[in-house]
Amino acid sequence: MSATEGLNLTLKVWRQKSDKEKGKMETYQVSGISPDSSFLEMMDILNEQLIAEDKEPVAFDHDCREGICGSCSMFINGEAHGPGEMITTCQLHMREFKDGETIYIEPWRAKAFPVIKDLVVDRSSFDRIMASGGFVSVNTSGNTQDANAIPIDKHDADKAFDAATCIGCGACVATCKNASAMLFVSAKVSQLALLPQGKVEAKERVQNMVKQMDEEGFGNCTNTGACEVECPKGISLENIARMNREYLKSSIS
Amino acid sequence: MSKQLFSGSIGRKFAMALSALFLIIFLLQHFTINFTSVFSEKTFNELSHFMGTNPLIQFVMQPILMFGVAFHFIMGFVLEIKNRNARAVKYAKNNGAANSSWMSRNMIWSGLFILFFLGFHFNDFWIPEMNYKYIEVKAEDPDRYYDEVVHMFENPVRVIIYCLSFVFLALHLLHGFQSAFQSMGARHDKYTPAIEKIGRAYAILIPVGFIFIAVFHYVNSL
Repeated sequence: MSATEGLNLTLKVWRQKSDKEKGKMETYQVSGISPDSSFLEMMDILNEQLIAEDKEPVAFDHDCREGICGSCSMFINGEAHGPGEMITTCQLHMREFKDGETIYIEPWRAKAFPVIKDLVVDRSSFDRIMASGGFVSVNTSGNTQDANAIPIDKHDADKAFDAATCIGCGACVATCKNASAMLFVSAKVSQLALLPQGKVEAKERVQNMVKQMDEEGFGNCTNTGACEVECPKGISLENIARMNREYLKSSIS
Repeated sequence: MSKQLFSGSIGRKFAMALSALFLIIFLLQHFTINFTSVFSEKTFNELSHFMGTNPLIQFVMQPILMFGVAFHFIMGFVLEIKNRNARAVKYAKNNGAANSSWMSRNMIWSGLFILFFLGFHFNDFWIPEMNYKYIEVKAEDPDRYYDEVVHMFENPVRVIIYCLSFVFLALHLLHGFQSAFQSMGARHDKYTPAIEKIGRAYAILIPVGFIFIAVFHYVNSL
């Protein structure tokens, strides 16, 4: 293949009109795709092609297209956000694929993430988990204390920051064989439990967030570690262990 | 204590891990006693006689072990069903090997194989033992144990089934050992690498040791 010719690909895309209707995989052909284009740009090209053919374009979530919003939720060739480490779908480039390749494109699959349309899923279960305790009840109305007034151990601050880089994309749930949300919830529990401001409500927080997580219908973690590998922000399994400790401690005290 | 503890997802993980660690300790004890049969008929008979007749072992530890085994299996099935339900529609293409080990993804299958083995193993040793002591109430012979074991491993089919089961046990332990610590929140940069190394060593050495014992007695019988 020369660079001017581009990639010719077969796409198997999940099409579903609404949450009420059953979906199925549809096959499309795209040609002349530049290896330098992003995966989402390739999807844009597919949609333009579908519109030109007077067909319904594929619905998919996207927003910032620079790897920070966590919107682009595609399960590509059997992996959340496709091949490659620590990237979202918008950061995936077509150079990762070979000319003539068949690419499977599916929505996140989890009972707690119902499909709204095509590749778009409802991730509001994450919002409800956050609303159940993923915050610090401090008054921020103009008299906020200087952050440096409370000394914080550098290791704890670093770990809290690492946990706080979670963008809530749901790749952990999508990739987990049990559709477990424990990496997400543990990142949110950890980022607050590690800091003095968050310790005050740590007990209720972990209890409430885990309860909400269970009620949403996510599965149980079996420590396969797939979530950590597929997480675009590299959230560590260490957070799940910390959440387990926090939960067990708060259950017996 | 929170009412939610054992009904919630983390509580179930914790209970699963506790029963796993209990079974790991039991397995080490079982292996240690069995291994004596390789080098000393007398020691093996003495230890087996003690285990078979001591009231604390028979009427306290044995029921606890039975409960531990049953709990681990039942909880394993409950979690598997719950986890399968958490994803109603499966992926058309799922590349699990890209991000996790075969062992971690197939604990239910290695576990099921171990369960079938346990049925076979109970039929070989435990049921005849219960029958001998508590149903037929025969007089205790402290020297019978070694001959019973040796007799069992004269059959090559049984030896093959046992060896294959220990391979599945190794696969189960390769993920299960370190996973139990993670589930209990026992993870730290200082000691987790050591737990992982000990786990791998345990998962390989104990099943290999059991295979050695079975093959040793078979070869001896030829």
